[in-house]
Amino acid sequence: MNVAQEEHPIAPYLRMDRMPHMWCPSCGIGIVLKCFATALEKTKMDLDKVSVVSGIGCTGRTAGYVRLDSFHTTHGRAIPFATGLKLARPDLKVVVFSGDGDLLAIGGNHFIHAAKRNMDLTVILVNNFIYGMTGGQLAPTTPTSANTSTTPYGNFETPFSVPKLAEACGATYVARWTCLDVRRVTRAMQDALQRKGFSIVEVIAPCPVLYARRNKLGAGLEMLQYYKEKCEICHEAGTENLEIAFQDKIPVGKFVDKPRPTFQESMHEWYRSRLGDKYKTIE
Amino acid sequence: MKTWRTPLDLDKVNVPRGRVMIVTDCCKGCSICVAFCPLQVLEMSETFNKKGYHPPVAAHEEKCVNCGLCEMICPDFAIFSLPVNGSPGEGHKQEKKVEEKP
Repeated sequence: MNVAQEEHPIAPYLRMDRMPHMWCPSCGIGIVLKCFATALEKTKMDLDKVSVVSGIGCTGRTAGYVRLDSFHTTHGRAIPFATGLKLARPDLKVVVFSGDGDLLAIGGNHFIHAAKRNMDLTVILVNNFIYGMTGGQLAPTTPTSANTSTTPYGNFETPFSVPKLAEACGATYVARWTCLDVRRVTRAMQDALQRKGFSIVEVIAPCPVLYARRNKLGAGLEMLQYYKEKCEICHEAGTENLEIAFQDKIPVGKFVDKPRPTFQESMHEWYRSRLGDKYKTIE
Repeated sequence: MKTWRTPLDLDKVNVPRGRVMIVTDCCKGCSICVAFCPLQVLEMSETFNKKGYHPPVAAHEEKCVNCGLCEMICPDFAIFSLPVNGSPGEGHKQEKKVEEKP
């Protein structure tokens, strides 16, 4: 067997001394983190000018694994911390890396308002349809009829469709891919990192231990094979047609890309027009 | 990979060759790399690693063309491929590294 003597090519971007990481076998978050590191490598960004903010949950642990300035915040509050960081240091590229429960349930209101203001943040939302770390409770993105530990007879609620929500709130870049489409996820993350404004990349990832096991869908490998069979690329489909039903087709693609002035740009412009030379900025 | 006919210039094409590197102690035995390797280079091994998982083994390493899919898809950062000395892929990768350094 070839036991690697050389360092892994991605080692400059990750804290390899903390590996193996805490995610379960065949969990998709590792693939998303790898895509993010590759996107950083390809965009050739100054690593001192990128910072990662994450909330609580399995995905929230990414902040501890990237070799960047990173911050692991309280539950649901990744976007408020990131907003503060961006306002204090406008030169930084702030990336929010968190899960569906953290960003859409506990931090749902922050998500809506950051998108409304068009804060200059890049949000990577790893959607595994469930609360993984706390024991498999119902998340706002759990598909109808899926079994979770708080809905043992199946979920009767209608889930959030993340691209629809984000577009309605005013996000400037919205894409959705599954974590099997590694090259496309990397490409979308590169685009999102280079855009100004609130850009969101939703990545569908398998939760093998809680979601797949409770719903008898096999392990992570079977979930990836399901993505391979049921993914449909539809860039031009309107965001109103992008619901994911339980084990049904997954519409993926880049749905929204329309720039508009960010929060800071409009704030500076407004105050300059009102106050003239009295207005001093920190840019 | 199966093709419906043999390419006419097959003897002139210089196919890249790769070496599969496995970081055994990071592996969690999910077998995603084994299932998605386009040339069936990998197999699950019978041995255990430090954590008690079965890591993969490059059973048919001569088939590896250094495509890098296993490296991209591994959730545990436990596998990657490097070009074999003298194979056409290597010069390309070295050039890229020199460019990226400054």
